[in-house]
Amino acid sequence: MTIKGKAYIAGAFEHPTRLARDKSVAQLHAECALGALRDAGLTKEDVDGYFCAGDAPGLGPLAMADYMNLTLRHLDSTDVGGCSYIAHVAHAAEAIAMGKCRVALITLAGRPRSEGHSGAVPRVRGADAPDTQWEFPTGVATVNAYAMCAARHMHQYGTTAEQLAWIKVAASHHAQWNEHAMLRDVITVEQVVGSPLIATPLHRLDCCVVSDGGGALVVVAPEIAHSLKRPLVKVLGAGESMKGQMGGAVDLTYSAAVRSGPAAFAEAGVTPKDIKYASVYDSFTITVLIQLEDLGFCEKGQGGRFVADGNLISGTGKLPWNTDGGGLCNNHPANRGGITKVIEAVRQLRGEAHPKVQVPNCDLALAHGTGGLLGSRHGAATLIMERE
Amino acid sequence: MAKERSIPAPLTNPETEPFWAAAREGRFLLRACTACGRAHWYPRAVCPFCMSEKTEWREASGRGEIYSVSVMKRAPEVYAVAYVTLEEGPTMMTNIVDCDFDALAIGQAVALTWRPTQGDGPPYPQFKPA
Repeated sequence: MTIKGKAYIAGAFEHPTRLARDKSVAQLHAECALGALRDAGLTKEDVDGYFCAGDAPGLGPLAMADYMNLTLRHLDSTDVGGCSYIAHVAHAAEAIAMGKCRVALITLAGRPRSEGHSGAVPRVRGADAPDTQWEFPTGVATVNAYAMCAARHMHQYGTTAEQLAWIKVAASHHAQWNEHAMLRDVITVEQVVGSPLIATPLHRLDCCVVSDGGGALVVVAPEIAHSLKRPLVKVLGAGESMKGQMGGAVDLTYSAAVRSGPAAFAEAGVTPKDIKYASVYDSFTITVLIQLEDLGFCEKGQGGRFVADGNLISGTGKLPWNTDGGGLCNNHPANRGGITKVIEAVRQLRGEAHPKVQVPNCDLALAHGTGGLLGSRHGAATLIMERE
Repeated sequence: MAKERSIPAPLTNPETEPFWAAAREGRFLLRACTACGRAHWYPRAVCPFCMSEKTEWREASGRGEIYSVSVMKRAPEVYAVAYVTLEEGPTMMTNIVDCDFDALAIGQAVALTWRPTQGDGPPYPQFKPA
């Protein structure tokens, strides 16, 4: 059993807003759904499967499906944090392969910027979660949880602040061409390491943006994809996993991508060397570095050298990465960056990325993300797609 | 020394109440498994290594070393969140206090110190340079 070739991404839409004071979250979900369906050349009446994560308004997928008045035979609200939407593509492909639906809609939306939520403020992730009583009192937030991973990686492998900074620099080179990106100025390594420390060793410019907005994807059965007018983006393979504190055997230097990545590559029948473009979740610079190592783009501990000197910049480096500017410079809607990773990969495979960052003959792409906190417990999802 | 952060009271439950009751007496407990012999963190009734229900509370030394640490600069009161590897084996998320935040280092020896929490919550286990 495999999802290889059993489903296609026919529609992809990134909401252009980055500040949505005048909209509701439900409205943003629906606007994204409309955008992705229009992109595919489908309508709401074609949708028979719906996916959102636990952050969507209401109980699981029920409120949003009702808001959009969908008629469904498959629902899924898997929530593994920001990478949920990458996992949703795989789950949609599984459902399509099993005949449970033919047109699956995936939506994400949120307005953390309007509502003043940032990753520097500790928040309870479920009062009844077994870890909350032990960890919430420490003041662990998002940024300092990831910062502990960075501190340990630096200690163990000699990774430097300057090497991490190159990741932000690469994102800024891409964002300059994206008219919707929040941070469009091309910046230097010196500017990153010279920006204020937020949680040592991470600086302000090691962090992603906080933005309102959202995105949507439409995953369809092969015969539907072939009946539409859009370029064909085929799902080749996927993997998912999670990693926690392992009962106290904590190791902050690697992520669950060590499991999700190999599973996805094996299903797709390709290797990291074959990948022409990679979207890799960039909540912080360190997130990218650790995931690139774990996905096999370089040896463990060599991520710093791998990302330095512009190696992630399209047209310059060996691995064109996050060519929309990523979460670091473009957009991080709902504080969840998974869906925008798939959307930019789809743009690259269609040849519809900005001409300044389009990878020539981009026929094989990867999207990978982390959800939750890399520094305590996180989900991971990897997706490999091919242009047919 | 700068003003210290007010610590939220832990939301205890029946599974963990003995830990917090001991904390009120100044005793630091670890949960360990009598089937596989290993101590773990955070404390659980069911062993995370072998899934045995034969777990028990054991008094711990309160000595350890910093596995990783981050100083939160963007906060009303600067504070350090850390993972500390205990002498007994497990690594726990905690805070480092009573210290020069700029001098904290991975591998540094630390010792337990209790801090009061909000309201009449139990004291919370933190660490300071040993």
